[in-house]
Amino acid sequence: MLDASEGYVTEDGRQIGGVVMEMKNITLRFGGVVAIKDISFDIREGEIRAIIGPNGAGKSSMLNVISGFYIPQEGEVFFHGEKRPQMKPYEVARQGIARTFQNIALFEGMSVLDNVMTGRLNNMKSGLFAQALWKGKAEQEETENREVVEKIIDFLEIQHIRKTPVSRLPYGLKKRVELARALAAEPKLLLLDEPMAGMNVEEKEDMSRFILDVNDEFGTTIALIEHDMGVVMDLSDRVVVMDYGKKIGDGTPDEVRTNQDVIDAYLGVSHD
Amino acid sequence: MAQTQSGAEGKQSLPALLHRNATQYGSAPAYREKEFGIWQTWTWSQTEKEIEALALGLINLGVNEGDFIAIIGRNRPYLYWAMVAAQSVGAVPVPLYQDANAEEMAYVLQHCGARFVIASDQEQVDKVIEVQDQLHQFEHLIYLDPRGLRKYDHHTLHQYSHVQDQGRAAYDEWITDLNERRSKLTYDSTCVMLYTSGTTGKPKGVVLSNRNVIESAKNASDFDKLTEKEDILSYLPMAWVGDFIFSVGQAYWCGFCVNCPESADTMMTDLREIGPTYFFAPPRVFETQLTNVMIRMEDAGTLKKNMFHKYMEHAKKVGGDILDGNPVSTADRLKYAIGNTLVYGPLKDTLGLGRVRVGYTAGEAIGPEIFEFYRSLGINLKQLYGQTEATVFITVQPDGEVRADTVGVPAPDVEIKIDDNGEIHYRSPGTFVEYYKNPESTASTKDAEGWVATGDAGFFEENSGHLRIIDRAKDVGKMADGAMFAPKYVENKLKFYPDILEAVLFGNGKDRCVAFINIDLTAVGNWAERNNIAYASYQELAGHPKVLETIQSHVETVNKSVAEDPMLSGCQVHRFVVLHKELDADDGEMTRTRKVRRRIVEEKFADIIAALYDGSPEISTTTEVTYEDGRKGSISATLDIRDAAVSSVAAKLAAE
Repeated sequence: MLDASEGYVTEDGRQIGGVVMEMKNITLRFGGVVAIKDISFDIREGEIRAIIGPNGAGKSSMLNVISGFYIPQEGEVFFHGEKRPQMKPYEVARQGIARTFQNIALFEGMSVLDNVMTGRLNNMKSGLFAQALWKGKAEQEETENREVVEKIIDFLEIQHIRKTPVSRLPYGLKKRVELARALAAEPKLLLLDEPMAGMNVEEKEDMSRFILDVNDEFGTTIALIEHDMGVVMDLSDRVVVMDYGKKIGDGTPDEVRTNQDVIDAYLGVSHD
Repeated sequence: MAQTQSGAEGKQSLPALLHRNATQYGSAPAYREKEFGIWQTWTWSQTEKEIEALALGLINLGVNEGDFIAIIGRNRPYLYWAMVAAQSVGAVPVPLYQDANAEEMAYVLQHCGARFVIASDQEQVDKVIEVQDQLHQFEHLIYLDPRGLRKYDHHTLHQYSHVQDQGRAAYDEWITDLNERRSKLTYDSTCVMLYTSGTTGKPKGVVLSNRNVIESAKNASDFDKLTEKEDILSYLPMAWVGDFIFSVGQAYWCGFCVNCPESADTMMTDLREIGPTYFFAPPRVFETQLTNVMIRMEDAGTLKKNMFHKYMEHAKKVGGDILDGNPVSTADRLKYAIGNTLVYGPLKDTLGLGRVRVGYTAGEAIGPEIFEFYRSLGINLKQLYGQTEATVFITVQPDGEVRADTVGVPAPDVEIKIDDNGEIHYRSPGTFVEYYKNPESTASTKDAEGWVATGDAGFFEENSGHLRIIDRAKDVGKMADGAMFAPKYVENKLKFYPDILEAVLFGNGKDRCVAFINIDLTAVGNWAERNNIAYASYQELAGHPKVLETIQSHVETVNKSVAEDPMLSGCQVHRFVVLHKELDADDGEMTRTRKVRRRIVEEKFADIIAALYDGSPEISTTTEVTYEDGRKGSISATLDIRDAAVSSVAAKLAAE
């Protein structure tokens, strides 16, 4: 386990920085159902942090707490050392947090390019009329933003579908477009909700490579939820394991793998 | 012959031609590449500077004259520059197939003893690093795209742009050396070494001299009257001799512009944006385009559909004749002109072939219907016959003498003779120097007088003087009853159906023929969609009874047409199976240029072949497959074996 001191060095030699986000004693209830029970953990700068657990463990709820979509009844969320107040989704986005969704949430009728451009929304300052008339600052702004978007399109190798409406794309590519849109916001913290769900082996490999490359190239901190244990163990630097809303493990993939509680949760344990 | 290229005469190397282009066409575009959604352009004078910087950087890294520099990646200006930079410093560029796996790469790198490798990206770098322990002479790796490579050990790893920067910085130190090395290049210096894909055995390194490349490029450019104004799209593998001649040899000889697509997947879009004037594609590309057009026309409204079919019918009737300059009535010409405005013109633009002046297809036989379709639109599509050892050109079709079933007349300066066994031999200025480190193969292929055996069987048509290819000489065999067995002849007839991607015929030494068939997923998948046939995988679709029925009817039609040829009527397909997987280069079943490796297929699927001959109605089989990353897995399937009706030759003769 890590103490609160400044950072650590990963197995492959990356320097991980200080705490970006800290969850302290989070409890989240939906009426009588306790989705998350007294969970604490932190996310450090530059790391790939995974949250895993069996179905219904509360992973997605946890991600929604991180993204500020759910407000926990108890506990506090610290972002860059400051206690985070209740925020609207766009305020969260302005803080440099972007996410993808488990059930793809793209604009189906729009092209890939337009979808990714929406990720730049917070970087467009010119008004409605200026944009409609395509005058002065609006034009320059769009050119600049388009350049950022084109670099992301190149990075994720989706040039061939640039002008294709999203509705015509297969599932695996839609996932990649969603990642592109999230990246377009140039986030400091990227939240991925089951990025490999429903993918075949080759698509999973591609996605893993892109996640690693994003982290490596842009230094983006990534928090992800994932079902596929193999993928999680290969990708992440540290893993939080949840079961029935409780945290049952936290540490490097190797530590987690040998943790008895984790093994019990995944393989089942006889109650006698 | 019209000499369009003033100032190029007497230039005996590509660096010399580069200098001529930079002087003569300095501000004209030499390379374009689409990146970040925009076409980036380099003029000839910028190109010369880029190449010089890289050449200086290579000297700075310690490249010696005579070294081999392997180049791996997709078509990008930077990698084309790398080839010419290598030549400038007296080294030999060796382009490799980028989709080769690490082991295949290891063989080539080891065989040529490459000290330097220039690779496009992480994927290629990883492959080289994986096998570097087997490579004794390998020293430095230069990469183009830094993505994902930051954490790698940079002792022997260099970024392309840094090598150029170092070259620019060390200009004063090395420029004399570079000039000296450049001036030493003659017509006999090695220009490039290309590995043949090899349908049998290990690849062989074909050494081509400057004479081979420049003379061939010059002859072919004169033949088609190419100028510095041409635009070509370079998307075929850089390791393939055709790409080297079109995108390097002819581009430098003529001084025209080479356009590189954004990625392999955007090729069709980029083709439309560039609208090349000189275009080269294997039949497969034309087939795919035609299939797509037909699929889209199915979805079009009634008016458009009717218009399309009406005018295409007219084009079929007179389009080819108009293109060939044959007499056509004024009324038909007028109707064709209307069709051109309404249908052919827009269609050509959509295909990206609106500006094509000279188009070639080669490598495989093209279906006559596909060929005629493009020609009827007014696209000057021609065929040529060539091989790596000839620096491409053996025969070409002159304008106005184009036919689907021949490959044309001998190219300029090429002599051809056909030996007693029907094998084609040629001698030309393009005839290769040797197979690298393989004197036995060199001797058995090229005789003392410079005649090269092609390994293909063919004959000259008496009235037209055009060459017709029958098959690979070694594939032509005899059936048990002594009848001729020419598998390709039948396979091509089968492959002309859009539903059939690949076919392999067996029967050498047997009493009857059987065949493997691969369906075309795009065409058959589309058909399935239209007919509400659900399928989860290639395997499932390939085994669908309705698909099998369709294929069976194709096979039977082919049998009828084969039966009409008395010489080859024994090659009719008696039984066939639709394979559960696509034949794939990763599994060794095909070459990287997608030619079937017969022997390997025969060994690998011996159980299926046995079942085809012993009369069993189905066969259960398990096949090992290799994934793109080199891991192995296996798929098992139970395949239906179908009997196809064969036409009796005797009955036909009796009827006559």
